[in-house]
Amino acid sequence: MTSKLLTVALGLGLSVAAVSAASAGTLDDVKAKGFIQCGSNPSLIGFGFPDDQNNWTGFDVDFCRAVAAAIFNDPTKVKFTPLSAKERFTALQSGEIDLLSRNTTWSMSRDTSLGLKFAGVTYYDGQGFMVKKSLGVNSALNLNGASVCTQTGTTTELNLADYFKANNMTYQVVAFEKNEEVLKAYQDGRCDVYTTDQSGLYAERLKLAAPDDHVILPEIISKEPLGPVVRQGDDAWFNVVKWTYYALVNAEDLGITQKNVDEMKTSTNPEVMRFVGKEGDFGVGIALSNDWAAQIIKHVGNYGEIFERNLGEGTKLKIARGKNALWSKGGLQYAPPIR
Amino acid sequence: MTDVPSPQGWVRTEDAPRLPAPPNTTGPVGWMLTNLFSSPMNSVLTILGASFVIWIAWGVIDWALIRGVFTGEDREACVAVPDSGACWPYVWAKFHQFVYGFYPFDQRWRVNICFIVGAVALATMAMPSLPYKKWNALFLLVVYPLMTFVLLTGGNLNLSSSTIYFVTGVLLFSSLVVPLAAFGIEDGIRRNKPALVLAGIAVAIWLVSIFVSMPEIAAFGGYISIATLASLVLLTAAAFFSIGHRASTRDIAARSALLGWVGAVSAIIAVLVLVTADFGLVQVETQQWGGLLVTLVVAVTGIVAALPLGILLALGRRSKMVVVRLFSIVFIEVWRGVPLITVLFMASIMLPLFMPEGVNFDKLLRALVGTALFSAAYMAETVRGGLQAIPRGQYEAAQALGLSYWRMMNLIVLPQALKIVIPGIVNAFISLFKDTTLVLIIGLFDLLGIINASFSDPKWVSPQTGTTGYFVAALMFWVFCFAMSRYSLFMERRLATGHKRRGI
Repeated sequence: MTSKLLTVALGLGLSVAAVSAASAGTLDDVKAKGFIQCGSNPSLIGFGFPDDQNNWTGFDVDFCRAVAAAIFNDPTKVKFTPLSAKERFTALQSGEIDLLSRNTTWSMSRDTSLGLKFAGVTYYDGQGFMVKKSLGVNSALNLNGASVCTQTGTTTELNLADYFKANNMTYQVVAFEKNEEVLKAYQDGRCDVYTTDQSGLYAERLKLAAPDDHVILPEIISKEPLGPVVRQGDDAWFNVVKWTYYALVNAEDLGITQKNVDEMKTSTNPEVMRFVGKEGDFGVGIALSNDWAAQIIKHVGNYGEIFERNLGEGTKLKIARGKNALWSKGGLQYAPPIR
Repeated sequence: MTDVPSPQGWVRTEDAPRLPAPPNTTGPVGWMLTNLFSSPMNSVLTILGASFVIWIAWGVIDWALIRGVFTGEDREACVAVPDSGACWPYVWAKFHQFVYGFYPFDQRWRVNICFIVGAVALATMAMPSLPYKKWNALFLLVVYPLMTFVLLTGGNLNLSSSTIYFVTGVLLFSSLVVPLAAFGIEDGIRRNKPALVLAGIAVAIWLVSIFVSMPEIAAFGGYISIATLASLVLLTAAAFFSIGHRASTRDIAARSALLGWVGAVSAIIAVLVLVTADFGLVQVETQQWGGLLVTLVVAVTGIVAALPLGILLALGRRSKMVVVRLFSIVFIEVWRGVPLITVLFMASIMLPLFMPEGVNFDKLLRALVGTALFSAAYMAETVRGGLQAIPRGQYEAAQALGLSYWRMMNLIVLPQALKIVIPGIVNAFISLFKDTTLVLIIGLFDLLGIINASFSDPKWVSPQTGTTGYFVAALMFWVFCFAMSRYSLFMERRLATGHKRRGI
């Protein structure tokens, strides 16, 4: 009897003899398991949310797909872990996810003391202002004497004070505990201006009865650079994520789009040839195939296309490119060349 | 003078005809006069209360039905109408997510089967007139959870080899209990010394191997560390010794102990085989679960685990055995001393940091264990309240009949104690059901969480989306909690034998 039991027990052991290899680099792990585990925000308009059909959609989500396209030539090889703001870093540190792409602000403390690395700034966010169109204001510098609705106890209040003081303007603050209350007060006309992070302004605007009656001013008065995060000390993986971002920006710079990427493979422009992998062995340097960049663009599109698809004028959010325009068009999006 | 009957006296020869009750004491009017307008003060209160209720109810009806928008393709439908009420098309479009979360569309039949089988089994269990309660309970508590596990996750668990070695080791180690159970503690130890020594060495080697890394050798198609191999070999030897000559003996106690052990071990192996077997179901990770599914999984697991654990802990806390009592007290007080939110944070944020990189328990599993233990501690105190209400005479009578401890508890004390605390138990269940919404903070999307997340779909965001979503959430929670509450009232009335009190 006993020996029978043992046979069964050992049989179990034999049948499942998968031995977990000591964790090599994340890139090798990802290639071995065949997908990327990506931590995302499940509830941020435009950046990450599941639609009616359960498809994850959004700007941050598409970045994960871009990385998957670079590695597997297949943007669907990514699994999403919905993360709250509190547990996002733990999830990355503990290895639960490979890549955190969840509207995370790049700051010194996060970069240096959490054992994490920011791979770039995919979205330059910052505090902005929303006013009623009927006021006829088109710059934050015209807001002298305005009453401003904001949330209490956040840095928005401090930024607000600094900005108005620096520009010698007076203002009146109307502060509330909760975001819903702030929006309600603004809608009821208890203040002229509503201020929070600019991407948030676009999202909140949709909750107003008539979104088109409100305009978001172009000024950004604080720095909230958002970007993808990886674990520190894993340079191979860091490079893949970083250069995925650069490839997106470079493609827009070179005019390579999802539509024309196949035609571009016959281009004689040396920069484009290097990009699509016709010249040089740039994929080797990050342990990918040479047409890694072309794969990204083919499946996900370039930076501008991702932006337009999720945030831009064609969407309900209607976010202007602003600081996120290419460097050549007055924005901050800039990528080192592939050379 | 009045005593003297008058000569023209008239004596009634039959009963006076029955007159109808005064019109103002019968019918709806009478009911209202006695219950609503019995005094000027009550009349005023009635009018105030009624106008308040009508005001609220009218507000809800006006918002939800009269001004509500019922058809549309996206947010435009709800925004187009000025001063519109509830945005129902958003609920129609998202309702499947509220129920299943992100569970793949083509696999939802699995969830449906779990819902339907669970509802039927629970309904037959809940109706006292139906027979086969024992089998029904066995199905509900053993077969159903296993079935749900396999159906919802897809089964086919991939146990790592180290897990298998560990489970094998624990099963082998448990064989040491057999002689103890058969011959009592002292005699069992005396007869089984060699096995105990072998097992002791095995455990020591295994403990050392946690801190000192040992070389690995190829075996069983994989790699196994020398320490694990040595421990397993020693444990096998120990198991052979402690079971071997028990199997050949004719001693009845030894045989029944052995049979019990074999039964338990086979059951565990059967469960392991079942959850590792490949039924051809697609794997669905718990990250894709959500909505009502998660709410029910967390609540039901918590409720099902809490009652037996709570009863054991309550008995333990009143036990005369010092170690058992101390353990129960410490367990209860520790879990009651921390808020559920802390338990969940600990499970989702601290726990992964303590574990070696790459080792991950499922997040839902962590939350399940956390809520189950948490609610068990509360349940223990509820049950202890019931135990304390049982008069000492009941215990003494049971002992006088010669009942053992467990039979006394099972037959005499617990049936009475649990009956008394039904309101408390159901109270705990209902609050646990609502507390499940806290799993949102660790990134699990229960009913409320998924509704919250759906607000961020730009296709549907509108001034009324949030209100409508919360309204639906409140409605769904209310239906479940109200059902539980009504059922508990029904059970109380049914079980109210001899302790009947007014005011239930």
